[in-house]
Amino acid sequence: MPFHRHTLSNGLQIIGESSPSARSAALGFFVRTGSRDETVEECGVTHFLEHMVFKGTPRRTAFDVNRDFDAIGADYNAFTSEETTVFHAAVLPEYLPQAVDLLADIMRPSLRQEDFEMEKQVIIEEIGMYEDQPMWSAYDRAKRLYFADHNLGNSILGTPQSITDLTRDQMHAYFQRRYVAPNLLVAVAGNIDWPAFVALVEKQCGQWESGPIGRDGLVETNGSCRFELLTKEKVAQEHVILISSGPPADSPLRHAADLLGMAVGDDSGSRLYWALVDPGLADSADCSFHEYEGTGAFYTSFSCQPEQSEEDLELVLDVLRDVQDNGISEEELNQARNKVLSRVVRGSERPKGRMMALGMNWIYQHGYRSVDDDLRAYETVTLETIDEVLERYPLDRATTFALGPLAKLSLPGSNGAK
Amino acid sequence: MQPEVYRHTFANGMTLLAERMEHVRSAALNFLVPAGCIHDPSDRLGLGAVLADLITRGAGKRDSRELTLALDNLGLDRSESVGLMHTRFWGATVARNLPAALDLYADILRRPHLPDDEIDAVKALALQDLAGLEDEPRSKVLVELRKHSYPTPLSNDHRGTVEGIERLTADGIRQQYRRLYQPAGLILSVAGNIEWQPLLDRVGQLFGDWTGTADTTYTLGPNPTNRAHLTKDLEQTQIGVVYDSVPIGHADYYDALGAVNVLSGNMSSRLFTEVREKEGLCYSVWATYQTLKDRARVVCYAGSRNERAQRTLDVLLRELRRLPDGVEPDEVQRVQAGLKSSLIMQQESTAGRALSLASDWYHLGRVRSFDEIRAAIDGLTPQSIGEHMRRCPPRDFTIVTLGPKPLVG
Repeated sequence: MPFHRHTLSNGLQIIGESSPSARSAALGFFVRTGSRDETVEECGVTHFLEHMVFKGTPRRTAFDVNRDFDAIGADYNAFTSEETTVFHAAVLPEYLPQAVDLLADIMRPSLRQEDFEMEKQVIIEEIGMYEDQPMWSAYDRAKRLYFADHNLGNSILGTPQSITDLTRDQMHAYFQRRYVAPNLLVAVAGNIDWPAFVALVEKQCGQWESGPIGRDGLVETNGSCRFELLTKEKVAQEHVILISSGPPADSPLRHAADLLGMAVGDDSGSRLYWALVDPGLADSADCSFHEYEGTGAFYTSFSCQPEQSEEDLELVLDVLRDVQDNGISEEELNQARNKVLSRVVRGSERPKGRMMALGMNWIYQHGYRSVDDDLRAYETVTLETIDEVLERYPLDRATTFALGPLAKLSLPGSNGAK
Repeated sequence: MQPEVYRHTFANGMTLLAERMEHVRSAALNFLVPAGCIHDPSDRLGLGAVLADLITRGAGKRDSRELTLALDNLGLDRSESVGLMHTRFWGATVARNLPAALDLYADILRRPHLPDDEIDAVKALALQDLAGLEDEPRSKVLVELRKHSYPTPLSNDHRGTVEGIERLTADGIRQQYRRLYQPAGLILSVAGNIEWQPLLDRVGQLFGDWTGTADTTYTLGPNPTNRAHLTKDLEQTQIGVVYDSVPIGHADYYDALGAVNVLSGNMSSRLFTEVREKEGLCYSVWATYQTLKDRARVVCYAGSRNERAQRTLDVLLRELRRLPDGVEPDEVQRVQAGLKSSLIMQQESTAGRALSLASDWYHLGRVRSFDEIRAAIDGLTPQSIGEHMRRCPPRDFTIVTLGPKPLVG
């Protein structure tokens, strides 16, 4: 499938992969900004801004935005992570021009005061919704504990207080700093006419301001290695998260790290599955590798009945120590690889999935990777590469966080935490 | 762009459906076994879910670990889920691995070990699943909504009850397997880069000599009360509302679907606009259409911080009651655009197509063609939807809430 790229004079990058047999086309605006790029006073602004982007421009009210997307039957949404904000839409090929017009237009939002105040309420509702879901809430707190003062520990949603305190002018200043043309990437995949697409983007985005880009605090971290228990009596299950370090997103070890995470904690047939879920000791247990710019991490988590958590935690630590000391087997590596290869193939079949992979690879791998490039990268991982990951990023050197009804939980080998 | 759909019903009553998708490298399979939780005996609720977990713990000549390894090595993303009417076995992988996957599923469905020594573990997991529901307020309110709006056993949830799960025995589980895992009425659908004749031959070899008919009878209990509040200390009050609609196959089906989409199909639809965009009352609000063969309903959900939840419920009910007043032409155009777009994009998804084939066959006894659905969507008008809403207005609401304080509705 042909790959294309083009950079506008203001620094905006455009990439695409065309697939004439596709029924749809998907495009995304990737902004290289996330919660890690916020100051303390701006806590939650990236995600709030993602919402505000849909609230209108000089050409469109908030309702116009929703109506215009829906009028072309677009499957559209946006998400915010620690380091990327992505606005995406999948449409039938004949509607691609309208989709570009819309997405490009909303990337320069008015940020009207009245909309800002209304959306503040929605954000606080969203925070409340996650607060009522203990695993989410544990994840947010575990990240802060692990990353300590590293900016990757910043909360994506913020808190009701930080959102309440945020002003429209602060958001506008953040927007001007982070949404400059060179900090954006436009990715497209599917049934597209590339020259026409570039012309559309150029017409809409060619006048966007340029400006300096980059981010502070790009340091690798091994985490705090602390242990903390948060008691919440109204929660039914105990939710436990362990975080240990991993390779950064542009590391040649990332594919090995991905396979290692899967062998240790995929939801079927992994070490943790056999140790905890198969015998009925936990209702879920998993481990996965997350990559960031400059650093990475393995997230291991489980939830179980409170009285079972101490034994389960010990079992999890046994699994992690065993993998750390003895590695994984050839059979486990192949099993993980077979699963990943199938997921890569299937994930790339739809333009939406392919566009997302294209954009993320461009940002994190600093270049184009075909589906076959990705498949090959997983195929060439060996047990030696897995061992190299373990040696550099010990899986058993973890930060541990537990949230649930327990008043006391002992970390095996320690004096416990309250 | 009419995709090729194939069908064969074997002498034993099992139906194979397939759609060939040449532009993909993968294939998805989907078994609908008539073993839904509607068949859980009232004193052993949770039986279907326990059986669905146990059934993959060893089958044919493989024990539990060998079976899992074999499935994983085929790159299968898979799940076993228990719905009201069916237990669904779903799997997707690269197309060349499909025949080997079918071999494994034939073992699972026909030759499961259902090992005694795994039963305690499976029951423990079922109990945890139930306990975990308490930490998922949205799922919890929807389970309670079902319980308070449908008569038994239509009100069953696959998670069952603590007492029901504790009462399960090895014999009872095996008996349920023999009662419900039978070929007559079982549906297998496959979509992806497949060849029909070799697929038909393989499925014939694997399942053709299986005989038996599931006992899927059930008796409806009385209608439950239609108001309930569950007290729980939460940040947000969870709101569930349900009302009756017409089932798939009914002359008004597409108009009913159109009306639900006016309410909640997209971001310019009424609930999102009125509840979230205009008043900022919630993050999540939606309505969705759910059909059985003989009845259907619309389920609505919203979650709002406690002090604003009453207003959310009021606006939600106002919008439901306002539907029979009519819908605007531009609303209908957007609904049509959304439905057509998702119909076309579904042609890119092997999993989506496999499920659609099976669902059509179960509900209608045939597979609707792309052109048929598109023509029906094109035929929607403000008049047709408005007339349907006046014939079948949202009313007799069941309302269930979960939060610190009850609401008035």
